[in-house]
Amino acid sequence: MQLGFLVDLHLCMGCKGCEIACKVENEVPLSTWRLRVKYVDVGTFPETKRTFTPLRCNHCENAPCERICPVSALHYIENGIVNIDKERCIGCAGCVMACPYGAIYIDPETQTADKCTYCAHRIASSMMPACVVACPVEANIFGDLEDPTSNISKYIQQHRDVQVRKPEKGTNPHHFYVGASQVHLNPLASKREEGYSLFNNITHLPLGGHH
Amino acid sequence: MVHETLAATNAVVTLDVALPEVFWGWYVTMNMWAKSIGTGLVFMLFLLLRRNPEEMKGLRTSAMIVSFVMMNVFLLFTLADLHQPFRMWHIFFYPHLTSAITVGAWMASIFVGLESLMIVVMLFKKDTVTYDKLLFWTTLLAIPVTLYTAGIMAEATARELWQMPTEAVQMILAATLSGSAAMILLGGNKLSDETKSFFANILGLSALMAFIIYMSEYIFGAMKAEEVAAILHYVKGEGEYATMFWIGQWVAYILPMILVALYRVSRSSAMLNLAAILAIVGLWVVKHVWLVIPQLLPLS
Repeated sequence: MQLGFLVDLHLCMGCKGCEIACKVENEVPLSTWRLRVKYVDVGTFPETKRTFTPLRCNHCENAPCERICPVSALHYIENGIVNIDKERCIGCAGCVMACPYGAIYIDPETQTADKCTYCAHRIASSMMPACVVACPVEANIFGDLEDPTSNISKYIQQHRDVQVRKPEKGTNPHHFYVGASQVHLNPLASKREEGYSLFNNITHLPLGGHH
Repeated sequence: MVHETLAATNAVVTLDVALPEVFWGWYVTMNMWAKSIGTGLVFMLFLLLRRNPEEMKGLRTSAMIVSFVMMNVFLLFTLADLHQPFRMWHIFFYPHLTSAITVGAWMASIFVGLESLMIVVMLFKKDTVTYDKLLFWTTLLAIPVTLYTAGIMAEATARELWQMPTEAVQMILAATLSGSAAMILLGGNKLSDETKSFFANILGLSALMAFIIYMSEYIFGAMKAEEVAAILHYVKGEGEYATMFWIGQWVAYILPMILVALYRVSRSSAMLNLAAILAIVGLWVVKHVWLVIPQLLPLS
């Protein structure tokens, strides 16, 4: 079994239900996110539209975070999930530096690395990840990539525009997008300008880093 | 390149709380800088032993103590940079051998152990024969100890600027630059003119080669990948780190090169000492800029 995620961006409406469900389920501290929805505004007024991209750990088959972790705190489990043992983590932030998707953060409460685990604890109890359950439009499709009859496998078979983020990195992500453009997937395809963010002056909890 | 479509799409991120910018800051710079001096001095001691063993007198203990201190500075800052420093022992009891961090920590620990042994051998037994034998193995180990940080940077796949083998070469050059500079300062009048000139050449050539690599990256790096191009914007034109980048290049490489060239004409020790001091100070700045700029790029 190799579990994977697919987000149909045609369906996603940026409600952030997945984000909140993840926060609640995993008790993610303030100012950190295991899953977040990025908004990018495209075009010039009045011809504008807003795109939504849920971003989470890609659970790569060739995960740079797993490779660089000095103590195997980041490790594969049999179903393909890249899990994290927070008791073992030494907080070196090597994984933060290695993840090409910016999906790993240092938990300000435990001072250890943390990220999306596809709700491994729920899956162990035969439940779907919290974000899948919360999505009102079923944009999150989750299942076994090795089972051709699973929803995710069928989705991949039926859609031509299945993409992953940064395929050139050779990480073989187990997280796919349907209906994505460069603006959705490539961080360099959009500007980050001061004053354009819906949230400004965001307070980050102290991490103990030395900048 | 995708950023060229920006004018057409006018795409602006309006909501995304990405990671805080810099995770590996000046503690990691201190780590790299101190390690360069620590291993670099061992390289220079070995070269001196091969070239002119009689000049080792008086330098065996002092140079090794300085190297030992710098290696401990390196280890201290490595430890301090951890968010869970009291779990450092996990590296030794739960080692993950695909990680350059693990392999490096093991090798650096053995290296420091060997250095301690050499200091003990000199301080308490004055046994130069054993010291010189141990120096061979310590020098051999100094090579991977110098290089493993490049391995960590290569494994940090998110940071496109840090590439192998460029970083490996830069690490070795940083060690030969700072090691020769430290040896010039430590050796002082104990070194003959010929030996000083030898270390001056190493200093000047290391500076030249490192400068060539940085300039190659600066000029041609943007042609390799759009991420590298975006990162290099931070050190070009009005870039946030442009001034610091050029201060580093001038202080670590350009001025020492000029001063070494002038030393070769004038034989002025003061000029050579100044070159050595500038190289050591400038190396910190160069390392810091190169460490920080790839972390400024948004990943999401």
